Formats: sequence, C-alpha cells, structure tokens
Amino acid sequence: MTDDAPATTASARLDPIPGEWRGVSPKYIVVDLVGNLIGGIVSVVVASFSIWLLHWGVWGWVITIAVAAVMIVLISLTPRRVRAIRYQLREDDLVFRRGLAFQRIVAVPFGRMQLVDITRGPLARALGLAELKLVTAAAATAVVIPGLAIEDAEELRDRLVALAETRRAGL
Amino acid sequence: MSKVDLADGGWHRLHPATPFLKGGIALIAVVGVIIANLRERIFEWLFPQVAVCPPGEGWCEADPFTRLLDEYLVPVLLAALGIVLVFIALFWVSWRMHTLRVTDEVVEIRQGVIFRSHRKARLDRIQGINIQRSLLARIFGAAKLEISGAGAEANMQLAYLSGANADALRAELLRRASGLRAREAAEAVERAEAEAAAVVAAGEEGETAEAARATLADIARQRLAEFSAPELDPNLAPPESVVTMSLGRLVGSTLLNVGTWLFALAIVGIVLAMVLGDAGPFVLFGLIPMLFGFGSFVVGRVVKSLRYSIAATADGVRVGFGLLSTSNETIPPGRIHAVEISQDILWRPFDWWTVRVNLASRSASSSSQAQLTTTILPVGSRDEVFKVLELVLPSLMNDDTRALVEAGLLPARPEDGFTTSPRRGAVLRWFSWRRNGFLLHPDAVVLRRGAVWRSLAVVPTARTQSVAVSQGPLERALRLAKVRFHTVQGPVTPSLGALDALDASALFRDTASASVAAIAADRTHRWGSA
Repeated sequence: MTDDAPATTASARLDPIPGEWRGVSPKYIVVDLVGNLIGGIVSVVVASFSIWLLHWGVWGWVITIAVAAVMIVLISLTPRRVRAIRYQLREDDLVFRRGLAFQRIVAVPFGRMQLVDITRGPLARALGLAELKLVTAAAATAVVIPGLAIEDAEELRDRLVALAETRRAGL
Repeated sequence: MSKVDLADGGWHRLHPATPFLKGGIALIAVVGVIIANLRERIFEWLFPQVAVCPPGEGWCEADPFTRLLDEYLVPVLLAALGIVLVFIALFWVSWRMHTLRVTDEVVEIRQGVIFRSHRKARLDRIQGINIQRSLLARIFGAAKLEISGAGAEANMQLAYLSGANADALRAELLRRASGLRAREAAEAVERAEAEAAAVVAAGEEGETAEAARATLADIARQRLAEFSAPELDPNLAPPESVVTMSLGRLVGSTLLNVGTWLFALAIVGIVLAMVLGDAGPFVLFGLIPMLFGFGSFVVGRVVKSLRYSIAATADGVRVGFGLLSTSNETIPPGRIHAVEISQDILWRPFDWWTVRVNLASRSASSSSQAQLTTTILPVGSRDEVFKVLELVLPSLMNDDTRALVEAGLLPARPEDGFTTSPRRGAVLRWFSWRRNGFLLHPDAVVLRRGAVWRSLAVVPTARTQSVAVSQGPLERALRLAKVRFHTVQGPVTPSLGALDALDASALFRDTASASVAAIAADRTHRWGSA
C-alpha cells in the first residue's frame, strides 16, 4: 500500500535484514565457473547438433549463436552471482540470501534444523571448499551454502548443531 | 480376545484373528474360485439323481480333475490338507512373533520370522493415532491402530487389536505422550510417601512400622493403577461431534464442483460429436468406463463423508470418517502445521467451505487415506468452519480473531486489518489484487488469497519451518515481492505473491522473529505437562 512512495532503490531491492552479511570464499567462483562452462559447452553442442540434424541451414546457426551469447552472459555474471551468496547468523536464526535477477532470502530458526550436512565435490575438494546444507521438516526450505572453506564449514556445522540442540522443540 | 491392558510394560500379541483378517479377502476369493469351478460337481453330489456328467460321456472322463479324484483321491486330499496345515502354521508363527510393548517413553513393535524387525518410537513424537475398522474387521470386533510419526514411512501399524483394546490403548498412549501421566504418577507417589512417613512417625518401632510401610506401598501401587484404569476416565466417553453432515449438502457439494461440470461438458461434447459426425453409437461405449469412474468417485465420497464427525478430546481433535469401513484419527495439539479454508466458486451461493490441513505424518496406506486425514472438513457452512477452527487452532480462535477470520472469508473491505497488494499488483493478480493480503497475529500468519477461488490460509508461527522472501525481474520492476512460509508437506502451500516489496520485507522480518519466539514458547510436544 505504498503506491505514493518514491521509487527508491531501497524499496526495489529486497533487503529486509540489514546487518553484517558474510560472503562465501572467492575461490568458489572457480568452481561455479567450471560448472557453468561445462553446462554452456554442452548446451551449445546440443543446440548445434540438433540444428545440423534438422538441416535448418544458415538461420539455424542464429539459434546456436543466441544460445552461446546467453551462456557467455551467464558465465560473465558468475563472479557477481557468487558474491551475492551471503549468510548471516543472528541470535536465533540463520538468514541466507542468493540470486541477482531472482533473489531469494530465507530465514531458518535454529530450533527447526533437523540436520546439517556437509558435501564436497571433486573440484571443491581440490580447492579446499565444502558445501553446507540445512535440512528442516519442510522440503521447500532448500538452504545450501556453497563455497565455504572446509574448516569454516565444519565449525559452522558444529555451532549450528549445538545451537539447534539448545533451542529444540517439537516439529 | 478379552480386554487386557496392552500398556502394562510387557510384550503383548495382537488379536488372534489377525492372520484371517489380513488374508481374509484373499481367503474368501480362493474359496469363491473353488466353489465357482466345482459348482456342477457340488450340484451332482447334492442331487445324485440329476447327473450332470453321466459316466458314458467322453468329455467328463477326459477331465483331469475327474481322473485325479478317481485315481489319487487320498494323496490329493492329504496334499491339500498338508498345504493348509503349513499355511496355518506359518500364519500362527508370524502371529506369535508379532508383539508390541508400550512403556512410559516408547512404543515398540517386533515382527517377522526370517527377517526380524524391531521398531521403537518415542511417544512425544506421535503426530496422530488412527483407528481403522474395515467391514470384515468390524464383524470380528477388531480394529487396526496406526500410530503416525513425522515422515514418509514413520507409521507403526498394529493390525489387528480387539476394538475395546484399541480404544483403550489409544487413550493410554495419548495420555502418556502428553506427559500428564508422569506428573500424576509422581504426585501420587509423593502423596503416598508422605502418608507413609506420617504413619511411620506416629507408629511404634519394629514390626508395626514395617507392616505399615508394606500396606502403604500397596496403596501407592493402587494409586498408580488407578491412572492406568481407563474405565475411570471420563474422557473416554465418546465425545459429541460439533458438525453433523447432511446427505443433501454432501451430494450437492460433490455435484457442484468445477470438475463435475467439466466432466458433464465432456459428455455433452462427445454426444454432440456423435450426433453431428457419423461416428455411430459405438462412441457411447467409450463413455461407460468414464461413467463408472465418476460414479464410484461420487459414491465413495458420499459414503466416506456421510458419517463424518469431529470432536474435541482432552488429547486433541478427533476426526471420524466412513460408513461401512470406519476411520477415526486423533490429532494431538500442535500437530497441525497449516490450515486452509477454501471455497469452490460454485459453492459460493450456499456459503459452503472446505477445510484442509498440513500434517507431518503421511499415511502409509494409500493416497486416498492421506486425503481423508488432511481434509478435516469436507464441506461445511461458515459456522461449522468456525467450530472446526476452534478445535484445530484452539489457542488462536477467540472472539477477537473470529472477526479477523470472518473478514478473511469475505471480499476485501478497507479497515479489515489485512495488508493487501498495491494497485500495481494487478499486473500479477488480475482479479484478486484487492483481496490478496496478509494479517500478522502474534501466534499465526493469516493469508487471504483468490477472488474467484477464495481461500484463507492460517499458519501457526510455532509450526513454520522457515520463511522466504523472493523477487524476480518482473517483480523487481513493479517493486513487488513474494513471501513463502515453509511448512511440512501437505495440501496447503502458504505463500503470498504480488506484495509491495516493503510490506513483504516487513512480513518476512516480523514472521522470522515471531516464529523464533513462538518456537521458544512452544510446549505442545508434551501438551499435558504445561
């Protein structure tokens, strides 16, 4: 109901919880970049192969170029996207945010965490990174903090488990 | 099976008719097939003068069954008897090995002969207890008790118990789960000890004091037994249902359904195509399975919901369904994660509503069973909706909130307390932007959605798992955002889009802190000990 309010940047961009946000390791840009590159190459190859099969001629290659262009834009945005992954430990909950065009901010109360999971892919392991996953009774919570240094991830996990234990209630 | 106390801490077996009830339908089918195949022979045995199969005819002689009976009658009979005995023995062994035990903290089930399984569930994690009586089981006075836990395969089935035992066991499980029993027992022991101390102090030294101590220990034990004697419990009297279902409304609401009308339109379309085109009347045969399917859907819904009942008990809300096969579920307080009151557009002239809930348990039996448990009111008037809400959200429903919820069922009015979408929200919510709004009560979030399909979702803040706010490019251009409340899986998805970005941020912030406070204050996992 704020139709008359001026279109300030504050109201356009979601920032419900100002405060000390922590980012993820810059090394995660490499992991994300490699994943995006592989994804981009696969989609370009699939697009060109199907166009070659269908004999669409010159116009078909426009589609390939478009796909490649979208992929290049996505890949070039990777560093910004990784920097947008942030989390904040407050007194009673963890707030997680990610996304540039599609922003999503989730708050998970410590008392609602059912388990905390650490996973590591091959590339992330080579760079000493790990991924922290929070599981609640709701599947839609879907909070995964990627790109944490392995020691940080383990420390955070232990801390979260301890916090969850002190605030545990029913479901 | 006589009435026994299943919750006395020892191992108990199930109803002796269990194998028959579990395999009952298969058994009846086998007997039916045998009778159908042998009906001419049975006829011949009963009326030998009218021989169906005279000895001279060749096709009778060639029948392998005749030769088998004529030449190997004794071995065949022995083999049949042996198979029957083996099956009886297997059933008996599996019945002997299937035992349950209830202690103060957990309920345990051991079963299986070759593959043993032992399942233990904590009583304070019970999400609901369901007693089902299928038609066959009702004839034998047996019932199936299902203890629901949170999660997909977390249910414990006790099939079958005798009906009275099942009811008593449910009452006892709920009382123990509530934490009430532990407190009462502790008080009883304390009282008895105080009396003993008084008597000991007053009495003489030596043998008299010893005797007094012994009798007082008996008294203490008796006090304890009183708490487990269900006959003394007034709560076990069947509670009155607050809603009565009328046949007219049930049939009317089933027929006045958009799905039903689409189905009718499809039939009209097919008939028109048949008349106008030259497909011939054979197309009608294609309709027969559709009609059967639809008919069974209508009859199934009416039969299931006709004896619907909902009532408050000391240990939560009890919902009953079913005419021939009955199902009766008790949901303890604090096990309902979200409630949605919604209305099909065709129901609006009659002011009928349906109430659905999200529960952490998922019935192992079937999806139709799950649908039964989550539809807590199939169809009801507005007054009945409020009666049901008072049962499922007892802490939330009072005279003040009643007006707020009532406003949530009506079209939007200014000053009704809801924060609604701004005018530019009409880009995303064409018809409903005026109604689309939320209301934050300290204990719950109320979401009002839909102009054509009106609905009102209530999420207790103590039950939200997490809360999210999100914004896509189009929403960013319009300065809008979407808030979603994550609860356990179920028919209700509590989310509200097309909110002003600032309102959405405030709602996100306020719910996050409200749910932290509500979780800290929540004591419903031991609802009786508060």
